[in-house]
Amino acid sequence: MSKFKKNGGKGMPAISTASLPDIVFMLLFFFMVTTVMRETTLFVSVVTPKATEIKKMEKKSLVSYIYIGSPVKRMQSSYGTSARIQLNDAFADVGEIQEFIATEREAKDEKEVPYMTTSIKADETVKMGIITDVKQELRKANALKINYSTRKGIY
Amino acid sequence: MASKRRGLPEINAGSMADIAFLLLIFFLVTTTMDIDTGISRKLPPMPDEDQPEDDSQINARNIYVVLINSSNQLLVEGELMDISQLKEGAKKFIDNNGIREDLSENPEKAIISLQNDRGTSYKMYIRVQNELAAAYNELRNRSALNKFGERYIDLNKSEQKEIRKMFPQKISEAEPKNIGGNS
Repeated sequence: MSKFKKNGGKGMPAISTASLPDIVFMLLFFFMVTTVMRETTLFVSVVTPKATEIKKMEKKSLVSYIYIGSPVKRMQSSYGTSARIQLNDAFADVGEIQEFIATEREAKDEKEVPYMTTSIKADETVKMGIITDVKQELRKANALKINYSTRKGIY
Repeated sequence: MASKRRGLPEINAGSMADIAFLLLIFFLVTTTMDIDTGISRKLPPMPDEDQPEDDSQINARNIYVVLINSSNQLLVEGELMDISQLKEGAKKFIDNNGIREDLSENPEKAIISLQNDRGTSYKMYIRVQNELAAAYNELRNRSALNKFGERYIDLNKSEQKEIRKMFPQKISEAEPKNIGGNS
């Protein structure tokens, strides 16, 4: 069976690593494209409640977020510990929600406005009072599609 | 220039992989792949001031009243209930089909009326919403399996619509009230 021993004894040829950068670049581009950098810094601490009957949110560009929770540690000295609303990068009053929705709408194409969703990201410890106020304001602003942001999990 | 150039020397690309790796690791670390999930609901439009409120002609048996008070207790159809029983209770109510006198005539007419206090915790509210959604989802799944032999989420759009028509999810939330006295 000398047929198979022809190449033996010469040692392994070095594997060419010339294509390694290409592979790494491919991965790099994948991650660059899929990365979504967090746009807003959260001033309120939000731990969303758990739920089982959840759906994935589609079209992230059409979602506006309302954060509700108690201010984070470093903000507590100036804002206290009671639950507050955060819109974009600042604390807000309930009354500012209509304005917020209006600006969000202006930024979008007119055709897309009916598909816009408002996601309420509220901490599980907040009381319904503030949520109800927010919902009433959203009704006034005619932003009727809402989503209660939750995590997947059982109680 | 007096010196004769022999063309540009080749740039050593050996370190390119290192640079690319560095960037790759940066993006790997900063990437958050979390997809937003949640319970979607549609709010009712604001009542028109010019229009008089139409006092509903809905039969009382078709309404399943769920109240949550400020200490997170449930009152369902006038009786104290634990959250663990809510799903079964709601399923019985929706899928009654006129058998029991006090429950709904059929799933299409069944309405769940949810009312909470300002002092109710958000966690409890979401739990209740979740249980009610679970009741509907289970009923939809069951009829989807019976009719098409597949689960509800695996059906195509028109089949889903058909099932949705059989079990429309009608959860009505009353205008907010403040009973518990908390803000």
